[in-house]
Amino acid sequence: MDLKTNITPPPSMEKIGSKSTLSNSAFLAEIRYFFKMNKLAFLGFIIIVTLILLALLAPLIIPYPNDVALETHVENKLQPPSADHWFGTDELGRDLFSRVIYGTRVSFQIGLIAIGLAVLIGIPLGLIAGYFGRWVDEVIMRISDVFLSFPPLLLSIAIAALLGPSLTNLMIAISISWWPWYTRLIRGQVVSLRERGFVEAAQAMGVPSWKVIARHILPNSMAPVIVQISMDFGSIILTAASLSFLGLGAQPPLPEWGLLINIGRNFFLTNWWYVTFPGLFIFISVMAFNLFGDGLRDYLDPKTRDS
Amino acid sequence: MIRFLIRRILLGIFVLFGVSLITFLIARVIPSEPAARWIGPRATAEQIAAAKVELGLNQPLFMQYINYIKGLFTGDWGVSITSHQPVLKELLIFLPSSLEIILGGMLIALIVGIPLGVLTAVYKETWIDHLSRGISIGGVSIPAFWLAMILQLIFYQYLGWFPLGERVSTETALLYPIETITGSNLIDSAVQGNWVYFSDALNHSILPMLTMAAFPLGVVTRMTRSSMLEVVGEEYMRVTKAFGFSSGVRTFKYALKNAMGPTITSLGLTFAYALTTTFLIESVFTWPGLGLYTSNAILSSDYPVIMGVTIFVTAAYLIVNLLVDITLAILDPRIKVNVE
Repeated sequence: MDLKTNITPPPSMEKIGSKSTLSNSAFLAEIRYFFKMNKLAFLGFIIIVTLILLALLAPLIIPYPNDVALETHVENKLQPPSADHWFGTDELGRDLFSRVIYGTRVSFQIGLIAIGLAVLIGIPLGLIAGYFGRWVDEVIMRISDVFLSFPPLLLSIAIAALLGPSLTNLMIAISISWWPWYTRLIRGQVVSLRERGFVEAAQAMGVPSWKVIARHILPNSMAPVIVQISMDFGSIILTAASLSFLGLGAQPPLPEWGLLINIGRNFFLTNWWYVTFPGLFIFISVMAFNLFGDGLRDYLDPKTRDS
Repeated sequence: MIRFLIRRILLGIFVLFGVSLITFLIARVIPSEPAARWIGPRATAEQIAAAKVELGLNQPLFMQYINYIKGLFTGDWGVSITSHQPVLKELLIFLPSSLEIILGGMLIALIVGIPLGVLTAVYKETWIDHLSRGISIGGVSIPAFWLAMILQLIFYQYLGWFPLGERVSTETALLYPIETITGSNLIDSAVQGNWVYFSDALNHSILPMLTMAAFPLGVVTRMTRSSMLEVVGEEYMRVTKAFGFSSGVRTFKYALKNAMGPTITSLGLTFAYALTTTFLIESVFTWPGLGLYTSNAILSSDYPVIMGVTIFVTAAYLIVNLLVDITLAILDPRIKVNVE
């Protein structure tokens, strides 16, 4: 679930920031405790790991690697699931199992690049706003406020629609609508770090600003960002699939899940498998990240920690 | 209260300016030729030049933006490239049918979600709790467009209970016509006492409403559960127990009332989400609303429509959020104290 209602990191998030001071075994013990307390989060984690393995190994696993691209076998078109074709075949006779599994790789790639871009825009701006304060802070934060006041998904759709349909534009559109969340998160971290002794010491010794930011502030504010990324990833996958479903993102013959469903629309009433399997994969991936993210949020929020 | 309102409204106006600037810039920066699209495929150079003057594209960017803003305030939201109709007029025509399924979906979400949330909070860590947590996470994770098709597969193709799409069947529309008053078929037919039309329209709207209900259902269940858990832990709830009130009274009269705030807030937020969800599902149900209008505009790169919809939906989002905050301030005296 990602309504972004509760974006300010709970105070205990800072705990993670100081994780590096914990010994490795204590860290592992904490992870074990986390999963023991949150069985659903553990389930989510297992699914995520499985999906990542599928994404990485897709070219080796899939039974019909050529079906990922334009190869066609019209004589086999729209066959129901069978031993040869676990998820059936599409209107060109391509193996849907191969295409859906390969789609995992596509979706995770899109997600990684989009969120990477968002972080690349968001973090520097957050660092600048938090470190320099005053009018710089004011300008950056008001701009990000404007971006944040778009309903989620709408801004991505609008940008992608105005830029034109392509995979690159899809990733740009998603990152443009996501960066302010990271700017806000990092800024909050920086504002609290700025007053800390080690930062003031570095400033007093005449270390230039950029070096203070790069050496002392950035490394200490990364942990909440990583937590946030793991929570956002599900929404990003869903957004990307939604845009592709609208015809805005991936283009054929790329086996992107949303695009598969978009094409499958024309056939699904008489060929149920066509949209069922790609949709199930979107559903399971988004749910896995939400389960994991929810568990993480509960764990980090002292109010719900014991509930 | 007044100061709070003024501040929120000013902030909203600032944000809307920002939103209009962002959409305007994106639409103008794109190296496309709106003037050529306006004329059509076989435009001559002179025709394009004339269209540029007509559309104001020959003026400097800043002046174009000023004109655009002026238009937004005076109701001139541009003209659709495909239909050549004013965008605002079309938006308002398509809005009621979308509102119908959005509000229907939210109603289902409330009716099912609040009791479910209360049950999970009361029976924490039992199978009821696990089931409804599953429902709530599932509801927010399921791709709406996929859910729409799965519902069509089950309830139209296999069971034959509900129609595939559209708002009303052609026969009913021809044999039992209704006058358009509000634009919502359900309300219009009910007001005119045309129950044949009403039941047909209701039948058509069940699947879209169920699809729209999934996300708010997840949110409402989850918010009710977590705020109930929080409230149950409060001191005054222990006092009610000490006074010997029954658990039903304690749950519904004392706990639920105070736990409703976050649920209302989250429902307000899901409204905007629902508006964008219509973009995805109305084309599946061929439901002629804002969403179908938008997804068609996306397919034909109808920029004025896309810009208009973006601003319209964002404005709706801001207004709904403002209304939610005001409602909360009225309902919950603690908030009022903080504001003043």
